Amino acid sequence: MTINVLMPALSPTMEQGKLAKWLKSEGDAVKAGDVIAEIETDKATMEVEAVDEGVLARILVPGGTENVAVNTPIAVIAGEGEDASAIEAPPATKAPTPPSAPQDEAGEAPKARREAAIEAAAPAPKPATVAAPPAVSAAPEVPAGTTMIPMTMREALRDAMAEEMRRDPSVFIMGEEVGEYQGAYKVTQGLLQEFGPMRVRDTPITEYGFAGVGVGAAFAGLRPIVEFMTFNFSMQAIDHIVNSAAKTLYMSGGQIHCPIVFRGPNGAAARVGAQHSQDYGAWYSQVPGLIVVSPSNASDAKGLLKAAIRNDNPVVFLENEILYGKTSEVPALEDFVLPIGKARIARPGTDVTLVSFSIGMTYALGAAEALAKDGIEAEVIDLRTLRPMDTQTLVESVKKTGRCVAIEEGWPQCGIASEVAARLHQEAFDYLDAPIARVTGKDVPMPYAANLEKLALPSVAEVVAAAKAVLYRA
Amino acid sequence: MANEGDGASAVPSVPNFTRDEELHALRQMLLIRRFEEKAGQLYGMGVVAGFCHLYIGQEAVVVGAKMAAREGDEFTTSYRDHGHMLASGMDPRGVMAELAGKRGGYSKGKGGSMHMFSREKNFFGGHGIVGAPAPIGAGIALANAYRGDGKASLTFFGEGAANQGQVYETFNMAALWKLPVLFIVENNHYAMGTSLTRAAAQTDFAMRGAAFGIPGHQVDGMDVRAVRAATAEALEWCRSGKGPYLLEAQTYRYRGHSMSDPAKYRSKEEVQKMREEHDPIEQVRLRLLADGVNEDELKKIDANVRKIVADAADFAMGDKEPDPSELYTDVLA
Ligand SMILES: Cc1ncc(C[n+]2csc(CCOP(=O)(O)OP(=O)(O)O)c2C)c(N)n1
Ligand SMILES: [Mg+2]
Repeated sequence: MTINVLMPALSPTMEQGKLAKWLKSEGDAVKAGDVIAEIETDKATMEVEAVDEGVLARILVPGGTENVAVNTPIAVIAGEGEDASAIEAPPATKAPTPPSAPQDEAGEAPKARREAAIEAAAPAPKPATVAAPPAVSAAPEVPAGTTMIPMTMREALRDAMAEEMRRDPSVFIMGEEVGEYQGAYKVTQGLLQEFGPMRVRDTPITEYGFAGVGVGAAFAGLRPIVEFMTFNFSMQAIDHIVNSAAKTLYMSGGQIHCPIVFRGPNGAAARVGAQHSQDYGAWYSQVPGLIVVSPSNASDAKGLLKAAIRNDNPVVFLENEILYGKTSEVPALEDFVLPIGKARIARPGTDVTLVSFSIGMTYALGAAEALAKDGIEAEVIDLRTLRPMDTQTLVESVKKTGRCVAIEEGWPQCGIASEVAARLHQEAFDYLDAPIARVTGKDVPMPYAANLEKLALPSVAEVVAAAKAVLYRA
Repeated sequence: MANEGDGASAVPSVPNFTRDEELHALRQMLLIRRFEEKAGQLYGMGVVAGFCHLYIGQEAVVVGAKMAAREGDEFTTSYRDHGHMLASGMDPRGVMAELAGKRGGYSKGKGGSMHMFSREKNFFGGHGIVGAPAPIGAGIALANAYRGDGKASLTFFGEGAANQGQVYETFNMAALWKLPVLFIVENNHYAMGTSLTRAAAQTDFAMRGAAFGIPGHQVDGMDVRAVRAATAEALEWCRSGKGPYLLEAQTYRYRGHSMSDPAKYRSKEEVQKMREEHDPIEQVRLRLLADGVNEDELKKIDANVRKIVADAADFAMGDKEPDPSELYTDVLA
């Protein structure tokens, strides 16, 4: 009997990793619990332990290999007395495992499930490889001919902070695990080494307290970046974000500024249940005195985070864990700063306007592609900034298309999509040929079960159906 | 009044003030008292609205603290803030106009009694949320430490606020990071209608920082000399890089929590006794008289203070409401 050792997932959102090195060689005897290899992701380094006893018969993926998809067989362990040398490697092409494949019960990466949900409109299940980043039209703000470098959103965010910290000594970052641990999601990787503990400050797990401390420091003229491990925990700090950060400029008659950025992953990751999956876009975007930004790709993330750090107002910067590892093109400019409050046309079209932001863009762009196959040209708008919302770009688009679907992962009541609908009804009513449709997260706490979670989130299929409904096409 | 802490170290004897210091303290405390009386009057006339939390009885706390502070040290407090603003050197006209919601107010009439600030005087509010001054004041201290400018942040809150979770989150961080922040708990024995003993399991507030290694000290908050001495000692600690310090000033408010307080939770006799036996202003006055200052001179000081306050009230009443266009200004920078 031989056993395939599979590339393990280190977290619910991990899709791939580097097989850093083998600690055992072919032919070595292994027993359960032996560390046989080390793997690395952008988030962590982990040891792979053997779960069975036998002989390490074949190493299928050599040490040092990058981008090994989760669930790829990386080695074969042969039972006692088997002829290890006779064992064939599984065909290399078989590497990635579709979510429905037999290995699933052992280690279905929940991320694969998310991909599957996103791909729901496609007929056949796709392998759980890293999905090609959605085709993002180059940021309109980038001069023609600019060199573009592929980069993950995680790296783009880190670079944005590092550049701003080099530029302005009053910028510093604080939060849980931002320093020595290098970031719970590795967004602050390397910053402690470059800037030292005064400017990269690990905090205790006291969101309410350190949000208030950040606000005080901002009142006194520093430019803090306060990282929430996830925005779910900002609920404990919302008092200072709203009452102290957002309102003080007004309450002081313009005297006390609060140049602070509250940032971190927002919304649903994957399979972490109701308390770790909330989208705060609508909550914070309701508050005058705050700016709320939520980018969907690396380039926007970089340009907008730099703008947020330079902004003299409190900025809530909503990132997304699933998008952290996505690669897209970032302009290689010395100082790439994007305007806050400007939406971006991610895909031009004439028949229906799809509006979204952050990870919602995945559904919008996926739907646009599917619709194109049916001859429907959707215009896809990435809001990028939720407050102030770029109504003008929305109105211009709807003037052209006459139809709109607003998409978000957040809850439906009083959501961003509701706001888009309200604005368009007020400002573009005469151009509308159909009621505005919304595709949102369902009106329930996020369930844990894989199938229920999938149902709770929007899907490409839902967006396609909504777009066809507003086009009165079956 | 002084209930020198059992657990906490106590200043052994109260150092005397020079005559000039006594006169200065008298002027400052009188200014606050007369200002507050006037604010209460204007409230009755409908000029001042909303909540209006008077500081009468507690004047020695902020005046003593201010006398020990250095130029540039920041002050932050909660909604019972008029005294702190006047002690910080803010213009009584601007403060009163703000109470009246007029354009000449420190916040252009948009903040009100509980939310006032002065960048120029390093007064950082004026916060309506109980407990909020603690982390904000510590954050200001963090900025001081970051710049290494030698300034200390004086952060005031009530004994009721001292039960807030964010206060302890802040104590932990302030001690961990050795921030130059002085926390001053103004223990006036009531949080609205809840007496200290009905809300606090540990009523010795000087001990509340012990779990974090923050030294604490109870001081007679009705004696301006004691407050100054304790503050001076505490600030030296903060400035020397040792981190935060906690002072509990035992004090008393004579008036209701805010203007609409029926004050059923304490007896008239209790209030009367405090006023007669511990009044911070009367203490200074008596010392000055004993020192040979004549009554007329003290009366002159009072008359002068009344003039300043009357002028502030006139200004506030005569000033215009903010221009309607101000509705949308100062939302974003
Ligand atoms: C978080 C919060 N809860 C409740 C209130 C309402 N409130 C205002 S003042 C107060 C009592 C606070 O007492 P204390 O801290 O002792 O200060 P004091 O009023 O005695 O100066 C309460 C409950 C508030 N402003 N903020
Ligand atoms: Mg009190």
